[in-house]
Amino acid sequence: MTLFILCFVLFLVGLYGVLTRKNIIKIFIGLSFMEFSTFLFLVLIGYIEGGIAPIISKNITNPVYVDPLPQAMVLTAIVISLAANAMLLAIAVKIYKKYGTFDIRKISNLKG
Amino acid sequence: MEIILSIVLIFMIIGALFALHARDLLSALISCGIVGYGLVICFLLLKAPDLAIVQIVVETITLIIMIAVVLDSTRHELEKTAIEKKWKSLINSKALINVLITVIIGIVLLYSFRLAITHLNPFGEHILRMSEAYLYGGADKTGSANLVTGVLFDFRGYDTFGEATILFTAAIGVLTILRIKGRK
Repeated sequence: MTLFILCFVLFLVGLYGVLTRKNIIKIFIGLSFMEFSTFLFLVLIGYIEGGIAPIISKNITNPVYVDPLPQAMVLTAIVISLAANAMLLAIAVKIYKKYGTFDIRKISNLKG
Repeated sequence: MEIILSIVLIFMIIGALFALHARDLLSALISCGIVGYGLVICFLLLKAPDLAIVQIVVETITLIIMIAVVLDSTRHELEKTAIEKKWKSLINSKALINVLITVIIGIVLLYSFRLAITHLNPFGEHILRMSEAYLYGGADKTGSANLVTGVLFDFRGYDTFGEATILFTAAIGVLTILRIKGRK
């Protein structure tokens, strides 16, 4: 229970960063914190006390494995988040080239 | 187990808070690395070695790319004026509405978190439902001793195919965005 709450706190820290920071790189960092907390939460759900990693070996009698399904899903999610992060950073580089700053208050053309 | 994980998570939260408040972007990135590698330790403690390996690789690549982005830019933030403006805007009449919206969003978030938590099994007492078929027939069906890769590449092969498509699309997108000159 405390672990779930701490995970939620990490998510809230990321949300706070996204909402209050003015620097594009810091907004990106907050976004990655939210991703990390979600991954950790999904893996925490699948954990079984006293379980071993889901790799089958014949030597162990009556093994208890942790749930392999959340781990496979999170593996997919990590790789996809890498792709999304690369796109975000490319856009940040483009913005820096055009406006000469990472500060979102200076990028007034985005106000529409 | 729960205590060690809690300590690591608290360190991660402290690192996250420092990363968001650091004045220099480079130190912010380094403390972002605290959170990423803390996540690796958590994965190792939770018996997920595949995830730990992938997370190390991804975290290192992201850190290198971000440092390459940040190094040739103005790293210091324009923080001081922001604080002055913040105190001035507190007196505004808009402030009441903003505080109200924040409180409402906080209550909604906490309520949905409670709703999600009450129907979950407590930590460490997970009941296998769907993955029983994977656990007790997976090795014979797929021929892979590692069940995670068995699930990833056999039972959910189309999922991994879609993941590869997303990676390809993202690579094309990055190339398109960073192209120096448009074609006429």
